[in-house]
Parts: sequence; C-alpha cells; structure tokens
Amino acid sequence: MQATTQLPTGRKVQRFITNNIIIIGIFLLAVVVSILRPNFLGESNIRNLLGNTAIRFIIAVGVSGCLITRGTDLSAGRTAGFAACMAAIMLQRPDYVNRMLPNLPQMPVIVVLLIVLAMTALIGAINGSVVAFFKVPPFIATLGMQTLVYGIALVTTGAQPIGSLRKEYTDIATGYIGNPIVSYIAIIALVVGLLMWTLYNKMRYGKYMYAIGGNEAATEVAGVNVSRSKVIIYTLAGVMYGLCGFLLAAKSGGASVNTAMGYELEAIAGCTIGGVSVNGGVGRISGILIGVLVFEVLKIAMQFMGLKSDYTYIVQGLVIIIAVALDLRKYLAKK
Amino acid sequence: MSEYRLEMRNVSKAFPGVQALDNAQLKLRPGTVHALMGENGAGKSTLMKCMFGIYKMDEGEIIYEGKPVHIDNPLQALNLGIAMVHQELQPITERSVAENIYVGRYPTKKVLGAIPVIDHETMYRNTEALLEKVHMDFDPKQRLGSLSVSQMQLVEIAKAVSADCKVLILDEPTSSLSQREVEALFRIIRDLRDEGVSIVYISHKMDEILRISDEVTIMRDGKYIGTWDSQDLTTDKIITHMVGRELTNLYPPRENVPGEVVFEVKNFTSINPRSFRNISFSLRKGEVLGVAGLVGAQRTELMEGIFGVRSTDHGTVTYKGKELKISRPRDAIQRSIAMLTEDRRATGIFGVLPVDDNVSIASLDRYLEMGLFLNEGKIEQLVQDNVAKLSIKTPSTKTLISSLSGGNQQKVLISRWLANDPDILILDEPTRGIDVGAKYEIYTIIASLAKQGKSIIMISSELPELIGMADRILVMCDGRLTGEVTGAHATQEEIMALATQFE
Repeated sequence: MQATTQLPTGRKVQRFITNNIIIIGIFLLAVVVSILRPNFLGESNIRNLLGNTAIRFIIAVGVSGCLITRGTDLSAGRTAGFAACMAAIMLQRPDYVNRMLPNLPQMPVIVVLLIVLAMTALIGAINGSVVAFFKVPPFIATLGMQTLVYGIALVTTGAQPIGSLRKEYTDIATGYIGNPIVSYIAIIALVVGLLMWTLYNKMRYGKYMYAIGGNEAATEVAGVNVSRSKVIIYTLAGVMYGLCGFLLAAKSGGASVNTAMGYELEAIAGCTIGGVSVNGGVGRISGILIGVLVFEVLKIAMQFMGLKSDYTYIVQGLVIIIAVALDLRKYLAKK
Repeated sequence: MSEYRLEMRNVSKAFPGVQALDNAQLKLRPGTVHALMGENGAGKSTLMKCMFGIYKMDEGEIIYEGKPVHIDNPLQALNLGIAMVHQELQPITERSVAENIYVGRYPTKKVLGAIPVIDHETMYRNTEALLEKVHMDFDPKQRLGSLSVSQMQLVEIAKAVSADCKVLILDEPTSSLSQREVEALFRIIRDLRDEGVSIVYISHKMDEILRISDEVTIMRDGKYIGTWDSQDLTTDKIITHMVGRELTNLYPPRENVPGEVVFEVKNFTSINPRSFRNISFSLRKGEVLGVAGLVGAQRTELMEGIFGVRSTDHGTVTYKGKELKISRPRDAIQRSIAMLTEDRRATGIFGVLPVDDNVSIASLDRYLEMGLFLNEGKIEQLVQDNVAKLSIKTPSTKTLISSLSGGNQQKVLISRWLANDPDILILDEPTRGIDVGAKYEIYTIIASLAKQGKSIIMISSELPELIGMADRILVMCDGRLTGEVTGAHATQEEIMALATQFE
C-alpha cells in the first residue's frame, strides 16, 4: 500500500490499467457495440443482461468463499443444475399429463425452495467436510462431486427434460416492480449480495474466511476453528448454487441435466475478473458483481455483433485464462 | 597459483532490517578441512549461500584458484567445482536413490542416433560405484523415502561428492546422524581431503570440530573474528571467541517479582523420537523464563507441543494446579496461553490483511453484538489502544501489515495476543530479524508484562538477550533439557557448554 502511494501518477495510472485491463477492454467493447447496434442499450436487452447477471452473480458469490480460502468449487454448476431439476420436478403443473412424479402432492413454492436449498446445502457440506477433514485438495474433491451430482441428476430425471412448470413458479422470473428492468430476480440477487456483504464484512465468518485465505497456518495458531469455518463456507456456497438453480429453472421455464452447464467456470471467471485472487485472502462482493456483469456484457456484445455462439466459447475461455494470469502477475510483482 | 583454493574477501550482505554479513572473509587451502563456527545468526550459512550462488553479495569478491569469479547461481558454483550439502535436506522421497543423485544432470544416450533418453544403466552403475566410494551399501534403485533421515543425509553427501568437487560445503552434516554414521562420514571427509578437496565444515559440536578440522574460522554478528589452527584451540577458547566480550544491547531494569508457581510441565515428550523428550519445568507468576539452545535443540517444537500445534506422546501440563488437555491452539488460547510463533511470515502475519484485522483476529469472540455482528467501534478502539500502547508505527490501522517493518509487524502480533489478556505468553524468538531500536521496545514490553504479573517463556538464540531479560534460563540440547541457570548471573560460556552437551 505504501509502495503504491509513493508511485508517480503515471505509474499509478499504468498499474490501474494493467490490473483492470479486462474490465476496461470489455467496457470499451460495450461502448463500440452500443454505437454500432443502438438496441444493445434497449430495455429488453438490459433486462436480459441484468437477469443473466443476477443468476450468475448468486452462483459466483457462492464460489467466492471457496476461492478466498484458497479453494475452489467445480461442482457449483452441476449442483445448480441438479437444484433446477429438483425444483422443476416438484413444481410441474398438476394438469400436465406427463408429470415426472404424478403422485407428488402440490407444495407451496417456498417449501420447494427450502427443500432444494437443503439438498444443495448437504452437497456443499460434504464438499467442505472432505476438504477440511480429509484434506483432499478442493480441486479434486469438488471435481469428483461435480461428476457425482451429475450422475444423480441423470438418474433422478432419467435424462428427460422437465417442463410445464406452475405459473406461480415461473412468475418469479417474469415478475418485476414498476419497470421491467427491476425484475424480481435482480432484486433477489441484490438482497443476496447485501446479506453476503454483511457476512463478509461485519461478522466473524468473513474475518475468518479472509484470514484462512491469507495464511491458514497462522489462522489455526490464532485459535480459529479452521475446519469448521471451511465446512460452513462450502455449505453456504451449496445454498447459493441451489438458489441459482431454482431461479434458473423458473427463468427458463424448465430444466434438464444440462441446465447451468459450465456455470462454475463462468462463476470463477467473474470472481477473478472482479478481483478475487486465486492466491486467497482477497475479494469483495462489489468486485464480484462487476466481474460477473462484465463477463455477461462480453457475451451479449459478441452475440450482438453476430458472432456465432460456438466462437464465443473460444473468447470466454481466453478471457478466463487472461484474468487468472493477470491476477497471479499482481502477486508475482509483489514479491 | 595462490596458496588458497578459494578466498572470500570483504563480503557484506544485508537483509531487510539485518546486516547478515559485515566484511566477512574466508580462506580455504586445498586439501584441508576448514571449520566455520559461530552462534546462531552469526552469518555462517549466509556466507556459504553467497559462495554457492544462492544469495547475491552486496559487496565483496570471491577468488577461486587465483582468479576472481562471479557466482550468480548454484549451477555456476557446481560448474566451478563447488558443492554444498544443505542443512535442510530437499529430498525427492518418491524417487530412487540414483535419481536423487543425478537429478538435473541425468546421463543420457541417443536412441536411433537422435532422440536423447536417460541412460538408466549408466546411472545405476555410476551410483553403485559412488556409494561404494563413500562406504554405503544401498541399492541405487531403492526409493529414497524408504531410507532413514540420516541415510538420506549420506545420499546427499554422495551427491555432492559425485560432482567431482574441489570445494565441498557441509552445513551441519551430523545433526541427524548417529555416532556410527558420524564415524563413516569422517572417513569420507578424510578420504576427500587426502584427494585434495577443500572442505568447509559447519557445526556446533566442539569435539567434532577439534577432531576433524585443520583450521577454524570463527564469526560473530556477521563479522570475521579470526582463523586459527585447530591444534591451538580448545573448546573454551572457541566459545570465548564465539560469544565475544562486549555487551552491545542494554536491557530495561528488572522490576518484576516472580511469585508462586502457576504453570508446570512434566515429562513432556514428542511423538517424534528425535524431538523433545522428558521435559519438566515450572513457571512462576510474573517470571521471565528464558529458553536457550542451538538450532535443532527442539525448543520451538517443545513450545509448539505445549501450545497444541504439535502432537505429544506423553507428559502433562498443569495451570494453577489443574491439568490442561490441549490438542489444538484453540484449547491453549481458551486456557489463557498465548504463543508468538518463531516464523512471523509462515505462522504469524496475514500479509494480505490490514493492521486492524491482524490485531483482532484471535479475539473476535470478545467483540460480538447479539452474538453475531462485530462491534467495529470497540475493535477499532482495541486496535488504536494497542497501536498507542506498543507505539506501532503505521500510517493507519487500515494499512496492510506487509508494508510495515519487521519490528512493527512483531508488535502487531504481540498486541494480537495481548487482546486476549493471557496469563502465560510464550514468545519464540521475539526479536529475530528486527533492528536494535525496535528490539529495545520489545524488551520494554516484555519487562512491563512481567511486572504486571504475566508469566513469560522466551525462546531466544541471542544469549546476551536471555541473560539481560530472563530470571531463569533453561538450556536445551538435542531434545533434552541439559540444565538451568539463573538469568542475572549466568555467563554465555556456561550456557554454551550446556547447549553443546550432546549425548
């Protein structure tokens, strides 16, 4: 910090630009696209952008806890997909003839949400316990869980897509307050963001999380129950994936085992672009929001420019690698 | 051709906050064993790392076989014929003995005249010859991890020998060897010497030095003290040269009055047989108890055992007559024990976090509102109080701790522990790597805590510091408690004699 303040202005500007090159680059791209394609800033596109951002922000906030403690969670996307399937199965229209579970009683939407969240919390708790108590590297533990959860989703759905959802459920996705831009989903994401911000900044949870990421051995020596903290962090992450999947199924009007495919990487990318360091101990909720938003802007801008979606994967992959490389470069420079 | 194989002249090297080498020198004759001696932190290993190209000298020159040379990395040193066996081994335990010896310079052969592949046959054959030469009979294909630590050390020595070196640096080579293995090592050293190799031998063990070495160079505080013929030296003379006479630091007056015994350790023994064993001692209220010993005396391990960082086999810890069950640091902290760890970077500071989080992390439970939310006002007050009380120099409480000086980082860590108001403070090398002015401030803090009735255990490798601060000093050697001296009346010679009492 001291070192930065002593730098001449030119160097400071230069450093700011290198540290935020992706955000700046994508912002410039958005400016160019909105000049070339004016309806890029149209209401329906903005609504779409915010909705997509909201859902991915929720999953990214979940993953961020794992990343900040120098872990990761590759099961995030599959867990969200599983949650989407479970929610959809329990919330199919009663008059739909091909219901997956015809004998399932009709439950209030909120009850289904709680059941789904309990399921994904359990998945997260298992991840956390494997990481904390068996010391399995998070990358491997959650990679295994990714495949495992995918398998469970395949078995429970019989690989069939689940549609014809109840209206009260899909209303969550279509509803808004006042202006269509202020969708329920965006509001839910905002509330989640505020709650998580409180947790990260105003409670022991956050302090311990940053400390574990900064120096796990020192955290243990300082008397913190590191294992318990990790289990809680991964469990809460599971809850976030559950909420993400629940909203995603409502938004898509259905779910399949491929719902939320690849979301874990998008979430990690959003976090990293937003300043969550893969070296641990660093990351803010506001940064994650910016990171996810910027990534969504990139995707939609490419769409607007008529780039085939096949190509967008190549660009997304590149951006993820560059984001992590830049993050690590910051760390190397400090040494 | 000069009289010396290798000369290091006017070598200086500074690390942040410490002048590790100050005009040091070393002159090696061909075909001799040259012992390098000094207290912990005297600069022996640093000097050798400069010779081996691990550290870059700030000043000074190296003359090798009459010509000035620049050694920027270990590879250059090896190419010149300088080999080093490090104090801390870096074995690749999952690979074979032969691969460990030849890692990085595997013999190769060409397949189809073009594709280089590793020539395993040659590698195993050479290894066998080499092991024979150093009187070791391991199978070259044996997994290194299946050997004992001392056998791995011998492999490491064989590796150095295999480089056909002209200068061989052995940094504390016998610290993990049994008596029989030491004899084997000495035989190897004499063979090499007779072949004309110059050997630098770093050790704390006086009897070994006097037996094996031809010349002895002694260092103190990074400075060159002198070089003597071994025949002219005795253990007493070496110790006198090592510790010196002048007392450079001043200490705050002793105003603490040790009271009743509050803390007792009995028969404390590590699960690791080479670590601390059968340690018993007591600690009084308001007492400063020093712990002296050489590197490897297991002082830190003992304290980490008490604090619950390391596992113990048996032994008890009692506080105010009640036996404590401590299996993790959290248990110790809840029973009013605090421990400032030796390695500030590894187990102390959170470099990515600001000063305030670094102070409050161990005491957040005390600052909760409704059992959930942190009372930021009170935490800020705690941090401000400590910054003022310990005069921590920081631009603000939000400054990253990693941008503070070593002394101020240490004060932040001390305030982290004081925030829990512990009765017993274990301070492991509290003044390591910090400058003289900050050292005095730390001494003042320790003295005032003792005066307030806190009991303090202070590990230090600086004997004047222990003599100046401690009421009593425990001396450890090789995992055992070898004696106890009274702080105010102890001499460094007395302590060194106890610290080198190897079995």
